[in-house]
Amino acid sequence: MTPLNKHQSYFAAIGHRFSGVLLSLFLPVHFLLLGTALEGEANFDRYLAFADNPLVKFAEWGLVILLSLHLFFGLRVLMLEFTSWPATKHLGKGENPMIRRWSSWVIPSVIASAFIGVIFLVQSF
Amino acid sequence: MPTNNSNSEQTAKQEMLEVRVWRGQGQGQLKPYQVPLRKNQTVLDVITEIQRLQAPDLSYRFSCRVGVCGSCAMTVNGKPRWTCRTHVSKVADEGVLTIEPLRNLPKIKDLVCDLAPFIDTWQKAGAVFKPTGTRYDAPAKVDPDSACRRAADASLQCINCAVCYSACDVVNWNKDYVGPAALNRAWTLLNDVRHDERAATLDKVFEDGGCGSCHSHGNCTRHCPIELSPSASIAGLKRTLFTGLPGK
Ligand code: HEM
Ligand code: SF4
Ligand code: SF4
Ligand code: FES
Repeated sequence: MTPLNKHQSYFAAIGHRFSGVLLSLFLPVHFLLLGTALEGEANFDRYLAFADNPLVKFAEWGLVILLSLHLFFGLRVLMLEFTSWPATKHLGKGENPMIRRWSSWVIPSVIASAFIGVIFLVQSF
Repeated sequence: MPTNNSNSEQTAKQEMLEVRVWRGQGQGQLKPYQVPLRKNQTVLDVITEIQRLQAPDLSYRFSCRVGVCGSCAMTVNGKPRWTCRTHVSKVADEGVLTIEPLRNLPKIKDLVCDLAPFIDTWQKAGAVFKPTGTRYDAPAKVDPDSACRRAADASLQCINCAVCYSACDVVNWNKDYVGPAALNRAWTLLNDVRHDERAATLDKVFEDGGCGSCHSHGNCTRHCPIELSPSASIAGLKRTLFTGLPGK
């Protein structure tokens, strides 16, 4: 069978799940490290040294991107589900305006997340 | 439409349409056919022409030919559509048409698939009308301007064609998901003051495989040939978590 033509909202849903699952895996690690850093001065210094490692910064950058993508894609779902839909039945106007509006949210979300990622990198180096 | 040059069809060399049709029982493959390109030809016309003149054993379904019965839905160049209301000129991709059965349903033979799992989802979603009155009671009075009547009105007129069911990625991933059409129907029933089992319908809607499985991709709404918005109905169902049963 020919696969269904993918729409932007499909990629948004996949990106939302992907980022959500990765966040659930890595945020706990992030909080665990933050938590241990608060247990005494020596630990805190060790944490600061650890956080200076470029690899760790890279990982944090990943978390920022994931969180930002997940936030924008989550807002998209919430807007679709909690704001009111125009009645379009039988108007023959083609794609539903609500679907069109929140599909066109997808690419700007990705651009905005990339932008936030750049700001994070600039701030941390 | 290009302006009609009445002689061109007869005199010039007949232009042909390349048609690839899914053939087989269960397992199958696309088989190529050639059909004369005609003016105002629908995809259903093309299939009928193949069946009458080239492949008498080709199985497909249709009934009304005018977008009323919902039995002619198939996958045309990758998208689920009513073949009777789809003009070839709108969907042919450089003179090529690919016609397959609907997705997400068991294939029986050629373009015919088994709709039973789709019909079953309506029961599973609680989308079954139980009247408050009997035939001996006076017809219920429903205020046409009430919020409920308007909500129901927006989602009525579904003809069970399974186009949306076939377009939904979540149905494809999760065999327990009841899908957009059944949930859309459940939403009209929740907004129907004559429905006696609104609470039971609401319970069923939130069971596993119910409205919570929808991720609001909106592919159902994109493909519904009547431009209903199952996505809007499903959003309405999800909001009842906060609002309870829709008011009268
Ligand atoms: C930043 C604010 C956040 C917002 C606005 C948000 C919003 C949402 C929404 C609306 C959904 C439902 C998606 C759907 O029905 O398709 C969702 C799913 C999910 N979220 Fe979040 N979320 C946020 C933060 C997080 C965080 C911090 C995590 C991880 C710890 C997370 C993990 C997940 C997961 C795993 C899913 C399931 C994804 C799926 O089923 O496709 N979210 N989120
Ligand atoms: S909005 Fe829900 S029901 Fe419609 S295609 Fe998307 S997941 Fe399926
Ligand atoms: S909601 Fe639209 S696409 Fe879905 S079964 Fe009804 S008429 Fe067909
Ligand atoms: S044949 Fe009835 S809807 Fe197409």
